[in-house]
Amino acid sequence: METIIVLAPLVAAIIAGFGWRIIGETAAMALTTGVLFLACLMSWIVFLGFDGTTQHIHVLDWIQSGSLDTAWSIRVDRLTTIMLIVVTTVSSLVHLYSWGYMAHDENWGHHEHYKARFFAYLSFFTFAMLALVTADNLAQMFFGWEGVGVASYLLIGFYYKKPSANAAAIKAFVVNRVGDFGFALGIFGLFYLTDSILMDDVFAAAPTLAETRLGFLWTDWNAANLLAFLLFIGAMGKSAQLFLHTWLPDAMEGPTPVSALIHAATMVTAGVFLVCRMSPLFEYAPEAKTFVIYIGAATAFFAATVGLVQNDIKRVIAYSTCSQLGYMFVAAGAGIYSAAMFHLLTHAFFKAMLFLGAGSVIHAMHHEQDMRNYGNLRKKIPLTFWAMMIGTLAITGVGIPLTSIGFAGFLSKDAIIESAWGTGNGFAFWALVVAALFTSFYSWRLMFLTFYGKERGDHHAHEHAHESPAVMTVPLGVLALGAIFAGMLWYKPFFGDHERMLSFFAMPQHEVQAADHAAAPAEGTAVEAATTEQAANTGDDHTTDTTIEHAPAGAIFMSEATNTVFDNAHHAPAWVKVSPFIAMLIGFFTAWVFYIRDPSIPGRLAAQQPILYRFLLNKWYFDEIYEAVFIRPARWLGNFLWKKGDGDVIDGTINGVAIGFVPMLTRIAARLQSGYIFTYAFAMVIGIAVLLLWMTLSGGAH
Amino acid sequence: MISADFSAILPEVVLVLYGMAALLGAAYTGKDELTGTLTWATSAIFVGVAAWIGLSGSGEALAFNGAFIDDAFSRFGKVTVLLAAAAVLVMSQDYVQRRGLGRFEFPLLVNFAVVGMMIMVSAGDLMSLYMGLELQSLSLYVVAALRRDSVKSTEAGLKYFVLGALSSGLLLYGASLTYGFTGTTVFSGILATIQGDHVSIGLLFGLVFLITGIAFKVSAVPFHMWTPDVYEGSPTPVTAFFATAPKMAAMAMLARLMQEGFGPAAGDWGQVIALLAVLSMFLGAIAAIGQTNIKRLMAYSSIAHMGFALVGLASGTQEGVQAMLIYMAVYVTMNVGTFAFILSMERDGAPVTDIAALNLYSKREPVKAFALLILMFSLAGVPPMLGFFAKFGVLMAAVNSHMILLALAGAVASVIGAFYYLRIVYYMYFGTETDALDTRMMPAQWLLLMASAVIMVVGVVNLFGIEGAAAAAAEALVH
Repeated sequence: METIIVLAPLVAAIIAGFGWRIIGETAAMALTTGVLFLACLMSWIVFLGFDGTTQHIHVLDWIQSGSLDTAWSIRVDRLTTIMLIVVTTVSSLVHLYSWGYMAHDENWGHHEHYKARFFAYLSFFTFAMLALVTADNLAQMFFGWEGVGVASYLLIGFYYKKPSANAAAIKAFVVNRVGDFGFALGIFGLFYLTDSILMDDVFAAAPTLAETRLGFLWTDWNAANLLAFLLFIGAMGKSAQLFLHTWLPDAMEGPTPVSALIHAATMVTAGVFLVCRMSPLFEYAPEAKTFVIYIGAATAFFAATVGLVQNDIKRVIAYSTCSQLGYMFVAAGAGIYSAAMFHLLTHAFFKAMLFLGAGSVIHAMHHEQDMRNYGNLRKKIPLTFWAMMIGTLAITGVGIPLTSIGFAGFLSKDAIIESAWGTGNGFAFWALVVAALFTSFYSWRLMFLTFYGKERGDHHAHEHAHESPAVMTVPLGVLALGAIFAGMLWYKPFFGDHERMLSFFAMPQHEVQAADHAAAPAEGTAVEAATTEQAANTGDDHTTDTTIEHAPAGAIFMSEATNTVFDNAHHAPAWVKVSPFIAMLIGFFTAWVFYIRDPSIPGRLAAQQPILYRFLLNKWYFDEIYEAVFIRPARWLGNFLWKKGDGDVIDGTINGVAIGFVPMLTRIAARLQSGYIFTYAFAMVIGIAVLLLWMTLSGGAH
Repeated sequence: MISADFSAILPEVVLVLYGMAALLGAAYTGKDELTGTLTWATSAIFVGVAAWIGLSGSGEALAFNGAFIDDAFSRFGKVTVLLAAAAVLVMSQDYVQRRGLGRFEFPLLVNFAVVGMMIMVSAGDLMSLYMGLELQSLSLYVVAALRRDSVKSTEAGLKYFVLGALSSGLLLYGASLTYGFTGTTVFSGILATIQGDHVSIGLLFGLVFLITGIAFKVSAVPFHMWTPDVYEGSPTPVTAFFATAPKMAAMAMLARLMQEGFGPAAGDWGQVIALLAVLSMFLGAIAAIGQTNIKRLMAYSSIAHMGFALVGLASGTQEGVQAMLIYMAVYVTMNVGTFAFILSMERDGAPVTDIAALNLYSKREPVKAFALLILMFSLAGVPPMLGFFAKFGVLMAAVNSHMILLALAGAVASVIGAFYYLRIVYYMYFGTETDALDTRMMPAQWLLLMASAVIMVVGVVNLFGIEGAAAAAAEALVH
């Protein structure tokens, strides 16, 4: 069944992409959509029926070279099943939604066929994403990783007639290359040290890695920290974390369903998934984890600030995505991988819904994306309005404080903020709380600007604004269910209840119970010391039977120290648990004051604080800094090598030789060919003389 | 003993007897009316003898006290020479008849030249070497001047004769020096006098003179200067013959002399030959650029190609000899095809040799133009044609014997040389409109052109098995 889930979208993509001229465009669309709904159904069956034991399903052999033995194999554990439902659910709904959204695209003429291509890309993306999440070894994961990169490139640049879309596609690809370079280095490093890229082998070797030093660049590093760091670089690129985030807002050039599927719900969460998947390694890499927390918190804060002032509806949601991904990384960095996965799951529902809702608004407004030209749309498109409202309630985290009743985001985001508190990292905690405030502000700003107030912008567009067809509103409804109930439904197994979490992720019960009961740091350190000692011993002995330990059971792994964090998070004081709610309320009221009560305030504030406003509007000038630091020197170097190096030196030399030097020799040769016998005989004699002289000087005598 | 000697040399004897009988017979009967018959008969006999040698010959036999050697190497050379000569005779038959060159001596002179070449290939002694060489040369001097009423043709014959006499003198001087310093003229005897890799300066001089004498025959720079004039002046069938069989024979003879006579001194003669190779490759490539006459162009082309073949020889290894043999076989095949085309080039019944006449040839004769394109690409050494693999083989042999600079020079020269081959292609496909060439072409010419082009492409698969024969030949030579 898992094999079908993974491969069916590929088959559908191939048939739709290459065969639509034969089977027809509508059939191609129906095929891909149908296959995805089938995969979705099967994924839910797998998820609900999963008993917790990790399974490996061998599909076929792939690479066998020396000690590298990599097979196509599907790893089924709790993480995989979670990702399966996330990917296939959102993907199938987006497929359905695209029937409506892509029906009449004004980027294409009447005679041009684009729908089959679009659906084939979507299905291909789904296959690549599924290959990524079901990977049993790192090579396969990298395959999926690059596969989604390609699909993302193709879909961002789907409107290839628009230069901006092409530029955005290239930007996404290039920025991801930076991250992928780190990821690839991490894989190489793991293979170098463990002689395997199978997940289980790598996990088993993680304790040893923590004791190993690895020379890289200018000095020796702790191998576990270095490798975890390198892998995280890859995750930063894919998940658009700070410094490698610049591609995500530009990626909104793609069609809106793509933004919902790839750049909100699934692909961008691959980085979070990677960190969670590699949890056994990260647990032995404390410095790398700290780095993850800082990057995650900084991204959450940074993206939220930028989101405050953006005017393009999709860009607001894009920065919101960036920010929410930061939340997930904070949880992963804290070691509470289950909370990261929880937010990943809920976020997939409500963010996909927000994007699809935004798409519906854009659809209704004739592809107008600037929120300043919206206003008072809630009567015109009520279904979309309610969907967006539910999405906003979910992302801002509305719920009843100190209970586990609330919208999806309320539970998952609060779980992360409590985890951040649990680490004792003040910066992370406060950054997330402030980011929650900003999140609430920009989300409500989006709602108020779009659906309330006065109609602004093109009068004509407002008159013709109409509700989207059912194929677009039905997916919104399904996602709305997820946005409302996903949090409450799965709060306990993901975060709320320690015991249930352990069984949900199939982690061993006994050792944790000890930590749970005693919560004694002393014991934790003692165990840790024992492990260290053991690892050191094995390092000295070089005995194979002790070095090869068993991979930790379960989908994720939490060390003793992490369990302490987890307990701290659970026993956080009430003010900590309430703080995100209060932040949400402040954000809501500020937005209400700014955009409902007195809409002139934002303009005045921007005029009062021009520097700050422009700083935020220009996204902290990241693009400009990169332009100056990387792009211009690179372009200068490229131009230099092209014009001077290639043009002047190489072409110049060759042209000089070909146009000047060789014809000159040709003329000399022609002149030597005088036609007189004595010249010819003379040449022969000279030849002999030279040869004899040469032989006399160099040869014979040795 | 005598019977064993004669059985080794039987193919040559058969050809000589045939030549003498035909000469006498024709002189007393139909004379020039028999030219056609004799041409076909001679080529048929060549093919028959080639099949006989190629299929039945085995092992190694020495005859006349080592003066004549019948081994895999000589058989490879002889088969190539015989087939090339047969092909040239067949394709030039029409040309000879229509241009008033139809003398019955022509096929028979070719026959004697071929016998000379077969002796050259088999020579194991400086005496027999010289005998074969002169038999070949004397016949060639005559055929070069076959068109007696043409100033250019007689000039070509005379130039070739005078310079050929000079080179023969040099060769003989070398042979005398060699004999003086070793006391023998048998290759194996010379070899025995060389202790280690030390060669006395006198013998070295003899070696250099011997090489120069043969270098004249393979037209290696700087002993090449007769080539363009003779190629241009001689009637085209003769040029076609010059460019193919004698080159193979002289190259094989050089290889045998070097390997069997001076094998241990490869460090010395390798350098000399490498120098000749580099000069030939570059001069052939560079001087051809200025040519507008396709026969002169082919002359420089053959100079450059001889340079590449010499690269294989200069490496001094078995691999090098094998690569050289394959190179020569491919070279001969390409030239047969190209000259089959050149022989058919005419406008209003008169032969044309200006390459500008090929302008837009592809519009009128797409098939022939495409075949010529393949041949030109192959001559230039463009993959995936056979010519590329031939070049690759010799350059690889040089690399494997640590003559990196030589291989590099070869690569550069082949790039320069590609220019003029591709210019012909350019004329054919992108040139400007000119008066059209006649479309008529003899079936034999058409067949050889197409066969040669097809071989250049299809041969890539397994070289039609000649790789094994060349390997056996090289093994017989290099011990």
